[in-house]
Amino acid sequence: MAYVAVKGGERAIDAAHAWLAEARRGDAAQPELSLEQIEQQLGLAVDRVMAEGACYDRGLAALAVKQARGDLIEAAFLLRAYRTTLPRFGASLPMDTGAMRIRRRISATYKDLPGGQVLGPTFDYTHRLLDFALAAGGTPPPAPMAAPEGEATPRVTGILAQEGLMAPEAKSDAEPPDLTREPLSFPADRPLRLQALARGDEGFLLAMGYSTQRGYGNAHPFVGEIRMGEVAVEIAPPELGFPIEIGEITVTECQMVNQFAGSKTEPPQFTRGYGLVFGHGERKAMAMSLVDRALRAKELGEEVDAPAQSEEFVLYHCDNIEATGFVEHLKLPHYVDFQSELEKVREMRATVFREAAE
Amino acid sequence: MIILRPMSSTPPPLTPEQQVRRHWMGVLARADGAAIAARLDAAPPLPEATRLRGPETGLVMARGRQGGDGAPFNLGEMTVTRCSVRDAAGRVGHAYVAGRDQLQAELAARLDAALQDPALRLVLLDAVIAPLAAEQAERAAAVAAKAAATKVQFFTMQTMR
Repeated sequence: MAYVAVKGGERAIDAAHAWLAEARRGDAAQPELSLEQIEQQLGLAVDRVMAEGACYDRGLAALAVKQARGDLIEAAFLLRAYRTTLPRFGASLPMDTGAMRIRRRISATYKDLPGGQVLGPTFDYTHRLLDFALAAGGTPPPAPMAAPEGEATPRVTGILAQEGLMAPEAKSDAEPPDLTREPLSFPADRPLRLQALARGDEGFLLAMGYSTQRGYGNAHPFVGEIRMGEVAVEIAPPELGFPIEIGEITVTECQMVNQFAGSKTEPPQFTRGYGLVFGHGERKAMAMSLVDRALRAKELGEEVDAPAQSEEFVLYHCDNIEATGFVEHLKLPHYVDFQSELEKVREMRATVFREAAE
Repeated sequence: MIILRPMSSTPPPLTPEQQVRRHWMGVLARADGAAIAARLDAAPPLPEATRLRGPETGLVMARGRQGGDGAPFNLGEMTVTRCSVRDAAGRVGHAYVAGRDQLQAELAARLDAALQDPALRLVLLDAVIAPLAAEQAERAAAVAAKAAATKVQFFTMQTMR
């Protein structure tokens, strides 16, 4: 019976999709958006789609944004679906973000750190007033240039580590787990958690990170460092036998420094929460680093009582493609399921009314 | 002219031949197909080569390290196009380049084979690799100069001391 109803929708679905295409294009008297325009002028939307789609390709992400009419979760979904059509050649060597060609690098913990505070192209310190000059269009004057001082930009966490004040990361080249190959399982170790967070929904991570600041998780975070720029990606193909660079990608990294009172085995020191995302995604990198630190509670012997500290809660719900799939499936035909619910409720009501009448 | 980049932390040191090859492969990976083709216009024609593999587009899982310097983790995939060719003398050229530019991957693989030929190496380094590397260095310098202009000079703080 239900199948009959679904079959009958074909013509309606075709018409709906035709209307979708027309609505996507909008008023035909207006010039059509090119992928280059999206890539260049909606660059942060493209970056977000690459991050949450977990696939770095600006052109594909721009196409997804166009096809999804600017619905960025839909766009990330399209990108995730596309990546399943491509073979996996292998994995890169771990990127060295310390060797990043910096476009932006700031620290909230050290004013005069080596390499300095480089603001880069930031919304910070803008007045958040709508700029009606942009409505009129036009080309801005070229950004100022200055001679680089050529100073190295070491990581802030390294400066703290020199004094023994920062818990060091264990040196490891262990093969990390990959949640695109094996489903999530718990307890999830930190590399698996970081992979899930890196592709997680920015809004979800933002809210989770915010909750740790407001008292659900007892965080005392400082931005040790945020850096954004280009990092070389290297692979070591077996046919060559030595590592080669295959290009550069833009990433944003956040090192969140947290106080740690110490434990039976560790002296009081700072610990880090880590955020790394594709593209220029500062809010996401910061939120990710807050949540990463919160999820380390168990490992650091802290109480685990807040949502952001629960790895099952965070990791099962941070993926917006999975979340949207399960939430949105509710709108698909459930006629047969509902028919049985309907009959059950009718029966229960009849029983209640019968008993009341007796 | 060959500019060598500092090597990353890889255990066995590369041979000088591997170092120069790594350099040109890195330059070709950063240049799009049209840019490579334009440079080839001013160079002797590349030897004929047969395709062994590709050009084909796939994915590489990009990895980071937790905390920036700890254990590796999977950050996310990126599109990569690869190609392998063999010339008449049996030299095999390989290319792996970020993105989906198949022209870039094929030209990079043919150049990789040709650059292994001592008779062609210097002329191709001069006509193709060096100018592409210079363009890339120029673009990187322009970005670095814009970044430098946004570097905070805490002059008010210093005068208050």
